[in-house]
Amino acid sequence: MSLDPDERRDDIEAELSHEQREVAGLSQGQIARQRFLRHKLAMTGLVVLLFIVVLAITSVGAGPIGGWYEWQHTDLVPVQDDQGPTMSFIPSFLGGDGIAWGDHPFGVDNDRGKDLFALTMRGVQVSLVVILVLAVLSVSIGVTVGALAGYFGGWLDAILMRITDVILVLPLLVLVSVAAFSFGWSGLWSVAFALGLFSWVGLARLVRAEFLALREREFVDAARVAGASPGRIIVKHILPNTLGTIVVSTTLLMGGGILTEAALSFVGFGIQAPNVSLGAVVSDYARSFHARPHLFVLPGLFIVFIVLCLQFIGDGLRDAFDPRQKRIPRFKDLDTKARDVAEAQMAGNVASHLARPTHGNEI
Amino acid sequence: MLIFLTRRLIASILLLLVASFVVYMLMAYAGNPLGFLNEISDPQQRAAVERYVRSSLDLDTPPVLRYFKWLGGLFTGEGFGISARTQLSVNDELASRLPLTLKLVGAALVLSIVFGVTTGIVTALRQYSGFDYIVTFTTFLFFSLPVFWVAVILKDWGGIGFNDWWRDGAKMPMWLIVVAGVLALILGYSIAGGRWHRRALIALASGVGGAAFVYYLSEAGWFVNPGIGLEVLIPLAAGIAVAATAVFAGIHNRRALGAALSTAAVGVVLYLPLQPYFDRSGFAWRHAFVLVIIALAVGVAIGYLWGGYDKGLSAKVSALVAFLVGFVIFVDRLMQSWNEYATDSIVRNRPIKTVGHQEPRLGDFGFWIVNNDAFAHMILPTVTLMLISLAGYTRYTRASMLEVLNLDYIRTARAKGLTERTVVVRHGLRNALIPLATIVAFDIGGMLGGAVITETVFEWPGMGRLFIEGLQNLDPNPVMAATMVVGVTAVVANILADILYSILDPRIRINS
Repeated sequence: MSLDPDERRDDIEAELSHEQREVAGLSQGQIARQRFLRHKLAMTGLVVLLFIVVLAITSVGAGPIGGWYEWQHTDLVPVQDDQGPTMSFIPSFLGGDGIAWGDHPFGVDNDRGKDLFALTMRGVQVSLVVILVLAVLSVSIGVTVGALAGYFGGWLDAILMRITDVILVLPLLVLVSVAAFSFGWSGLWSVAFALGLFSWVGLARLVRAEFLALREREFVDAARVAGASPGRIIVKHILPNTLGTIVVSTTLLMGGGILTEAALSFVGFGIQAPNVSLGAVVSDYARSFHARPHLFVLPGLFIVFIVLCLQFIGDGLRDAFDPRQKRIPRFKDLDTKARDVAEAQMAGNVASHLARPTHGNEI
Repeated sequence: MLIFLTRRLIASILLLLVASFVVYMLMAYAGNPLGFLNEISDPQQRAAVERYVRSSLDLDTPPVLRYFKWLGGLFTGEGFGISARTQLSVNDELASRLPLTLKLVGAALVLSIVFGVTTGIVTALRQYSGFDYIVTFTTFLFFSLPVFWVAVILKDWGGIGFNDWWRDGAKMPMWLIVVAGVLALILGYSIAGGRWHRRALIALASGVGGAAFVYYLSEAGWFVNPGIGLEVLIPLAAGIAVAATAVFAGIHNRRALGAALSTAAVGVVLYLPLQPYFDRSGFAWRHAFVLVIIALAVGVAIGYLWGGYDKGLSAKVSALVAFLVGFVIFVDRLMQSWNEYATDSIVRNRPIKTVGHQEPRLGDFGFWIVNNDAFAHMILPTVTLMLISLAGYTRYTRASMLEVLNLDYIRTARAKGLTERTVVVRHGLRNALIPLATIVAFDIGGMLGGAVITETVFEWPGMGRLFIEGLQNLDPNPVMAATMVVGVTAVVANILADILYSILDPRIRINS
């Protein structure tokens, strides 16, 4: 043990594992962000999702602001000879039409005079609004219910949990469809609200479980002894620690929300024509699938892509927030000194392996 | 235990009562269930139907009172009442539809557990391998698919596409053989372990072998006239015996291996004598069931006859072998009737069905034709229903298995010098599968609810259709019946899962 402070710091650093050195001096949020940004699949998902959002907003515009695309979902498109999509990705030297966009990239529906690209883009916008409303509602209800039930316990917990049990015992589809149908809801906001009002149950249970565990911890006792009110303890001390759970499950919930919205439209209880959503567009063209598959497949692919991106992002967030998560360092990430040590160790291992006497009479 | 059960039961019953009250009120205020009357043109008939439906649904009583009358009817044995629109008893409807839904959900559940758990175990044992990444991506993809979208695509490209291909001679085009070979190559490379040249060799072998196999099947007309036959059954049965022993007893357990192989031999010997028995006109599911029991008994007996200190293990392994070989013989017989079924004048070379649950005109054609028909109707909806559950089981088993394999007692087991097989199967797998009980319980409820969409697309006359049609017509009784069935199933499955969990994992005490 040397007394020189610099050398001592070196000693301490040498004691740290590669993993510890990576996160030394960073806050929990910074660690999570760093891990998330390194998660390749999640970043791919994020980029693709952003691309879809930007495409949907700029192409057909939002509200009074127009977009760069020629048609709107309300426009009546003149009858085309060929209803098929005009976009092409096969270059001409491979026998395709070259990389081209065309007048109607996703094709047209001659029966109703619709341009499918405009419909799909509008559908993406509506579906995104639906899941945003769903996320806001679910998080606010679910976190409140879960936090109150978990922190206070007792009769409040019992009542709140029985309510969530009732909602949980009936499939979501059943509840939303009965509720939506009872009040004749077929627009964007009503479906979004119905979905949000019944989707918070899982989140509430997760948050409650986290609160049950965290409220017994020392830092909560410390805050209580210091005279913090229950409200302050919940918001300032416990809630930040449950952020990971909330963010991850909300992301997954949003993905599920798009699928549920689509399924509702399909059985006739969600957003219906003339309102447009991805689910409504896809289910409108389910009947004409055999003759005009592109009308059905292309908007459906957007559902798949959006949900897939949300899943990847959720997976990345889960890895980022999980403190137990260990990353196996790649060899090139290790700095030179550590690499020398690692190589020396490996050589040592091999050497000791070779040196180990095999049983027999050679020695 | 008893106190726990009573408490759970009372809580569940209260839960169901509240839930049913909520749905009943929603239905009551949703609108007028008599809206369909406008479709009846004859005024006298309309008035009669209205009077009948009004009195049998108690439409003149306020909804809250009506709910309690409905509840009373449920307990006094009157059942769910009648449907407003069809004026048929909902009980009868339920009795004919529920088995169909259960058939679909049961098949999907069993298949997704078998395939999902197997895939999950393999991915856990080969963590961070190519195979692991492929499977993980696939599960994400399955989770992201809208059910009805997949169902419609399967119906057209899977069902109609297959039928066209069948009609045109069932020959595999060259590109499909190449694709199959490439898939087998990727699978072989990603699943094999060891150095890259070993993996490349395995990949090459599986790729070329896979392509050659598909090419042979196509050229030999196997797809036109499928079957397994004695010449394939012999190596297959031997393979089953060796594999079952290797996994569950260890290949060095000579007595278990001997028991498994002799069971397989008995199965092969019985193959020819069984054929005329299968062909008897009266053959039915109950005969098949008796055969399964006999097979299991024979397997157990052979295991015990081989003796040794571990008789029980040999008996289990050979019972498993007996079941699997019997299953192969059964499938073989089913395949022998495939061509006859598909080229029948009623089916007319469109074997895979996209609508309904059976072809009623095939009723008298005997067990094998009827079951080929049932298979042809079930395959597409089952696959649709399976996708999401399959992904769930794979993810769950993988996570659970990885968690268990990192525990201390696994390290202890390895340190004791147990073989890798014993560590993985006996110490790892058994404990990793315990939490699965809970997942299955949740999944049963979810699948019954989720079957609604699959049944709609494939026009499967099950309970989901009853629910959706009731909802569309604002008809309260069918909706209530379906809701209650799903609710009761979910609640019962959850209680069963809790009990099962406490039996499987002695650390969990449910008495407190």
